[in-house]
Amino acid sequence: MSTVAGGTEVKPSGVVPVPTVSKPARRRRLKPGTAFKYLFLTAFAILFIAPFIYMVTLSFQPLGDMFSYPPHWIPLHPTVSNYTGFFTSDHPIGRWIFNSAFVSISITVLQLFFNSLLAYTFAKRKFPGRDFLFFLGLATLMLPSQVTLIPNYLILRGIPGFGGNDLMGIGGHGWLDSYWGLIAPNIGNPFAIFLLRQYMVQIPDEFIDAARVDGANHWRIYWKIVIPMSKPALAAVAIFTFQFQWQAFFGPLIILASRQLYTLPLGLALFEQAHRSVWNLIMAGSVVGALPLIIVFFLFQKQFVQGISLAGSKG
Amino acid sequence: MAQVTAPKQPITVTPPKRSITRQMRNEWTAYAMQLPGLLLFAVFTVYAVGAAAYLSFTNYDPLARSGDFVGLANYRAVLHDTTWWAAMGHTLYFTVGTMIPSMVIGLGLASLLNSKIRGLSFYRTAFYLPAITPLVIATLLWKWLYNADYGLLNYYLLKFHLVDAPVQFLQKSSLAMPSVILMQIWLSIGFNMVVYLAGLQAIPAELYEAAEVDGATAWQRMRRITIPMLWPTTIFLVVFQTILGMQTFDQIFVMTSGGPPGPGGATTTVTYYIYLNAFQYLKMGKASALAWTLFVVVFALSLVQFRWYLRQVER
Repeated sequence: MSTVAGGTEVKPSGVVPVPTVSKPARRRRLKPGTAFKYLFLTAFAILFIAPFIYMVTLSFQPLGDMFSYPPHWIPLHPTVSNYTGFFTSDHPIGRWIFNSAFVSISITVLQLFFNSLLAYTFAKRKFPGRDFLFFLGLATLMLPSQVTLIPNYLILRGIPGFGGNDLMGIGGHGWLDSYWGLIAPNIGNPFAIFLLRQYMVQIPDEFIDAARVDGANHWRIYWKIVIPMSKPALAAVAIFTFQFQWQAFFGPLIILASRQLYTLPLGLALFEQAHRSVWNLIMAGSVVGALPLIIVFFLFQKQFVQGISLAGSKG
Repeated sequence: MAQVTAPKQPITVTPPKRSITRQMRNEWTAYAMQLPGLLLFAVFTVYAVGAAAYLSFTNYDPLARSGDFVGLANYRAVLHDTTWWAAMGHTLYFTVGTMIPSMVIGLGLASLLNSKIRGLSFYRTAFYLPAITPLVIATLLWKWLYNADYGLLNYYLLKFHLVDAPVQFLQKSSLAMPSVILMQIWLSIGFNMVVYLAGLQAIPAELYEAAEVDGATAWQRMRRITIPMLWPTTIFLVVFQTILGMQTFDQIFVMTSGGPPGPGGATTTVTYYIYLNAFQYLKMGKASALAWTLFVVVFALSLVQFRWYLRQVER
């Protein structure tokens, strides 16, 4: 700890500052500062983690203990019945978890495929109308989502031939209250297209020209050259999309009606409003709902931080 | 990739002048690649924007599936709707009240973490944990922490004799919004910290070394190097969080349902009010007019932020 001054913003660049005459005095003054820094950081870290620990604790307590006073940090009567309750209670929490996983993974995969196709054509193809379309897509980033909210609801309701609709899109509920309605409007994502396009532009044209000479068509170039070379950007988009869709609430709230189709956030929120006496199940559901994103974060921490700086510098 | 041999000489094929239709025919695969994305974009964005504009001039009733043209009546109603303007105020209060503390604390934590420090990844993960928790789940957890009878916060407040009676965090008009803001600060510090940390690491260490040689104090280094070098990062965070703030919905729906009674419901935000009009009161025409009003406000706000950005860059 006492080696290089801890508080001065020396980056680990291998350049050790040459100690000057004034240095020893300064270093001695910094010592309590360093201790204070660790104390401060640790206190903050505890403040940030404590609610999670409490959530996990609650998820192993029977309902009666949750409503006893004072609150317990360590369960008096530990039980896993809150977790097994996912499958026995008449509120299908297990099914909600499946719905969330199915919908968010589907959206992530479809987004990666279709948006990378668009990004490739915007980055590496030349065709009439390209710049106009790209500009139009960028312009919609300015549009608050509230504007298209109501029309999209009506469009989903009017999809012909689905959900009891006739060929004019009248009579039933269309894609409302279905997986289709949750997935289809979320496939296109201008932000992802922009991010991917900015990344693909940097791929040297020589690779593509060489493949053209060797007789590869555009699909092959896209699949065999551009996609493998864009992995960091694709990883960032995949992580952000999954994170965003896993916790989506507003869309499912207005689109879904059947309890069987609820996603986990929607199920938990409506469940809590309807029955205030199920907090133990809600806490267990919350722990399960928080886990995937925490796991994704631990697995892809590097891509995560990279992605944020990618978005920050390009945005 | 290694097998792909680059041609010895760049092939320069000067294309003969071709008509646009010929070009389009030659590049048909580009359009084929764009087609799925363009179709979705055409339906869920372009058509939706047109429909939103049309709806705002009607009194569309989603149950009867019809509406009459009412001219500017919706916009007149919006201008005189005191709840709407109160909701604007609440949204601004929420956005600014969250943004400033979480950016200041985020920057503080980032600069502490940007020095030689043990356990960097532990601290970074701890501070980032709330940011990767699904919003609805974090809100449910805090709703329990705020609970007047069994909540942890009231327990400690009473235990240390900071209050005499349990605080009605979410039921008191004056406390409801600050309570939501406090949770949101906890949630958003992590993101601010990660983005600021990336920004700090991009500042050349030589600047600090030179400043130190010149005998600059820690405060002077912060004031003259760190803050100016972080301007682009700060602007990005302000813009990003303004956009997010305008969307605030999940927290309000789950925690307070727009209440408790205050001027127009003390925590009713713009998005929550649009939701109420469209999907509870079933006034989709008026809700569309509300959304367009919001668009104008957001647009004006981003113009102001952009000019502010240009001024800072020119300096």
